[in-house]
Amino acid sequence: MTAPASAQAPAIPVLSVTDLQVFYASRAGDIKACDGVTFDLRRGEILGLVGESGSGKSTATSGIMKAIAPPGRIAGGRILLDGEDITDFGEAEMRRRRWRKLALIPQSAMNSLNPTMTIAAQIADVITEHEGRQEAAALNHRILDLFQRVGLPSRINAMYPHELSGGMKQRVCIAMSIALNPAVVIADEATSALDVVMQRVVAQTILKIKDELGVSFIMIGHDMGLMAQVVDRVAVMYSGQLVEIADVAKIFAQPAHPYSAQLIAAVPSLTERRPMVISAGVTHDPHNPPSGCIFRLRCPHAGAICAEARPALTQISPGQSVACHLWQQDESKAYVRAPV
Amino acid sequence: MSAPLFDIRGVSKIYGPAATGLVALDDFSWTIHQGDARIVTIAGESGSGKSTLGELLLRSSRPTTGEILFEGEDIWSFNAARTRDYFRQVQAVFQDPFGVYNPFYRIQHVFDMVVRNFGLTRSPAAARTMIDDAMTAVGLNAGEILGKYPHQLSGGQRQRVMIARAIMLKPKFIVADEPVSMVDASLRASILDVLMKLRDDLGISFLYVTHDLATAFQVGDEIILLYQGQVVECGNAHDVITNPQHPYVQLLMNSVPRADPNERWPGHVELPAEEALRTANAVGCRFAARCPQRMPRCDAATPRRAGVGPNQHLAACFLYG
Amino acid sequence: MMAGLAQSPWLNRKLVSGAGILAAILLFGLFGRFFWDTDLVFIGSAPVNLPPLGFENMRGQLSAAGHPLGTQSDGRDMLALMIVGAPNTLLIGAIASVIGITIGTVLGFSAGFIGGWVDAVIRVISDVMITIPPLLVLIVFQTSLGEIGIFTMGLLLSTFMWQSPTRLIRAQVLAMREQGYVRMARLSGASTRDIMFRELMPNLLPYLFGSFIAIATTAIVTAVGLEVLGLGPQRVPTLGRVIYESIESAALLKNMWWWWGIPTLMLATIFIGLLLINLGLDQVSNPRLRKV
Repeated sequence: MTAPASAQAPAIPVLSVTDLQVFYASRAGDIKACDGVTFDLRRGEILGLVGESGSGKSTATSGIMKAIAPPGRIAGGRILLDGEDITDFGEAEMRRRRWRKLALIPQSAMNSLNPTMTIAAQIADVITEHEGRQEAAALNHRILDLFQRVGLPSRINAMYPHELSGGMKQRVCIAMSIALNPAVVIADEATSALDVVMQRVVAQTILKIKDELGVSFIMIGHDMGLMAQVVDRVAVMYSGQLVEIADVAKIFAQPAHPYSAQLIAAVPSLTERRPMVISAGVTHDPHNPPSGCIFRLRCPHAGAICAEARPALTQISPGQSVACHLWQQDESKAYVRAPV
Repeated sequence: MSAPLFDIRGVSKIYGPAATGLVALDDFSWTIHQGDARIVTIAGESGSGKSTLGELLLRSSRPTTGEILFEGEDIWSFNAARTRDYFRQVQAVFQDPFGVYNPFYRIQHVFDMVVRNFGLTRSPAAARTMIDDAMTAVGLNAGEILGKYPHQLSGGQRQRVMIARAIMLKPKFIVADEPVSMVDASLRASILDVLMKLRDDLGISFLYVTHDLATAFQVGDEIILLYQGQVVECGNAHDVITNPQHPYVQLLMNSVPRADPNERWPGHVELPAEEALRTANAVGCRFAARCPQRMPRCDAATPRRAGVGPNQHLAACFLYG
Repeated sequence: MMAGLAQSPWLNRKLVSGAGILAAILLFGLFGRFFWDTDLVFIGSAPVNLPPLGFENMRGQLSAAGHPLGTQSDGRDMLALMIVGAPNTLLIGAIASVIGITIGTVLGFSAGFIGGWVDAVIRVISDVMITIPPLLVLIVFQTSLGEIGIFTMGLLLSTFMWQSPTRLIRAQVLAMREQGYVRMARLSGASTRDIMFRELMPNLLPYLFGSFIAIATTAIVTAVGLEVLGLGPQRVPTLGRVIYESIESAALLKNMWWWWGIPTLMLATIFIGLLLINLGLDQVSNPRLRKV
């Protein structure tokens, strides 16, 4: 709920991804699930990663966590976590960093809680697994502290997952993810299965953790409304490519990429009954992406150049970068939008 | 004056023993008349009883008390033939656009089952025409879709096929249980658009069960909001959503995320540490534990519905009656 | 669809080679009799104790051209025994599995779909029988039955082969019963029979295949176990019986390694074939095991 931190001095980003490529081999050729994604995650910020299914947002984060299994592979790019180059790290080295530096709240996390263990036992498991045996009283204190951070009552530590509501289970998963004080937490559709009030409570929890502990979050989702409420910056993905990344205020005030505009327009309004914007979804065959700009088949403003060259991600103003041929420099070197 | 299409009278659904079981739906009554095609939204959070209502109408579960009358007859008094007839008139679309398909068969199979079991026609050509018409009504091309397997279609397409299947029987009523919640946000509009078109063109009424208030507003004619099995507010959709009077509904409306970073959620929401189980013998308003305007009388009795707002829609709250 | 067949997961290397091995043995058995005189399985039809081609037996005798795999001590030709015995062994396995799977499917479906006391009864019987060691019981049965034929052997074995498919199918049906498409089928007016056979059964086929191969393997192993002890069909050659006869005639002492060695090799080949089919089926049902 604080203003975006884009005016800070350029500190080292806590996560830096450059040109990440994750390809899936198939009999008909490679599917470029993630094709040249570049972004930075600053300390203490929440970055929203938005896109439809098939956009590659989950793949990109799996790539960052080096959790890609065959037939997928990381085909290129550089990943720096807290200044350390983890691109070529093997499984053993990654395991030491996962949970401790980089944690994940997977989709339907609440369904991945062990139904046969109490909540406290599961969190204790996470801690002891990565930090070795702990002294019982200190461990207990730490777990209760975690509960408090996510706003859960302390008596749930002896309860089983099935006794908790969806929102409480999700907050338990958040507690597990911050148990080892990671620098980055990736929350994949953390609120999708929850109703509106619970979603707000969970989102509030994430904001609170960001403010109090300085943990950076990548929030993956497809609801632009939720993004507007929670994140500092928004990164929009379409079919494996990052098409826009901007401060939240800027992207909602003036979405630079036509797809961002479509996503924002698709959020149904609660104040007026207007005809809903009908969208076609990802229409091209993933084996055969269009030449040039990947969005051009759905873009109402596509021009000749869009079929020839893939637009590069360019900063058109401080705090807003877009990959689109519509934005060109005029004589004063400022970026303006002009038809192609 | 013909019997109403549906006349739900004092229906309760309790799981477990009658006195202390979990109350999924509490004394629910509602009527919809013949010829009055409308989309009725049932909204509430998970556990509110909205899906229970759908199940009761589809005869998947029996009401503990009360009765459900379809065109004047109790739906549990039907014999086999009448039951089949009932499902010609009342169909459903479910939430999961993948699980409803048998992965072994192509899309064609879904329609063949309906044609065969309801004896719609013996001629394959006539059947194909019916399928074509149904698919066109939902905006799909039968020729492209029928030969494919479910996994080859998108979630939005699969859901539309399910709607096509439902309307092939030319039903009067369709229970749509969270039809778009598992579909991408950008594709939801196209599906909801189909529902509205079917209401207008084919006169089909819908029970649209959802937890998403924004779509409820865009699509519903009438809205009924449930909280833990009880109706808290109901009436014309526009009236209720622009002028919510019940504290729970006001909380819901405030919590819907607006796509505007300058309009962030006001204040903080806290949930009570304990969610009281809504047992059958519990008294008082179910929302009292979370209500910012709780009064002593809220724990003593269940509030009755009273007219509220400029157009006198109904809310069940002691603040008003 | 044909183009899809070439890329179909069913044509993976393991499945194809496993099926190929079994097919080869079957063809060897079925067509071998056209190229080789199977009357040579009868006692006394050939010179005794001859080694296979290229070898010498303990007494220094060389092999004969007419008996490339050697002969036994009662004058039976090994090649003829293999041509007749291998398909018999496979046949016993097949009979036991087919009967076992059929019973298993019927009982598993009933238990899973109907539930209630039907489920309780079936479960108790199958779970209790699983704990009983089949070999002991079968030994008792067979000693009281005396002479039995191939079909009876298969039938007897099947009494212990149906329990595992029953449990497997019951578990799958319980899970599938709650699937969305079953609910949808009911709404589309499908009867219980329709749901069982048209909706659930096709999705059970992969499990049925896998189960079939698994119990065929178990059946053959159990059959061989019985035959090696001297039980099992005595009037027709089976691979296990040949091994039994070799032990009975002290072939080990006489260094007649081909007598027990060749049927053992044949059995090993059969088991490898069955194993490969099993692994191949795993690849079909679990896409993650497939190599691209």
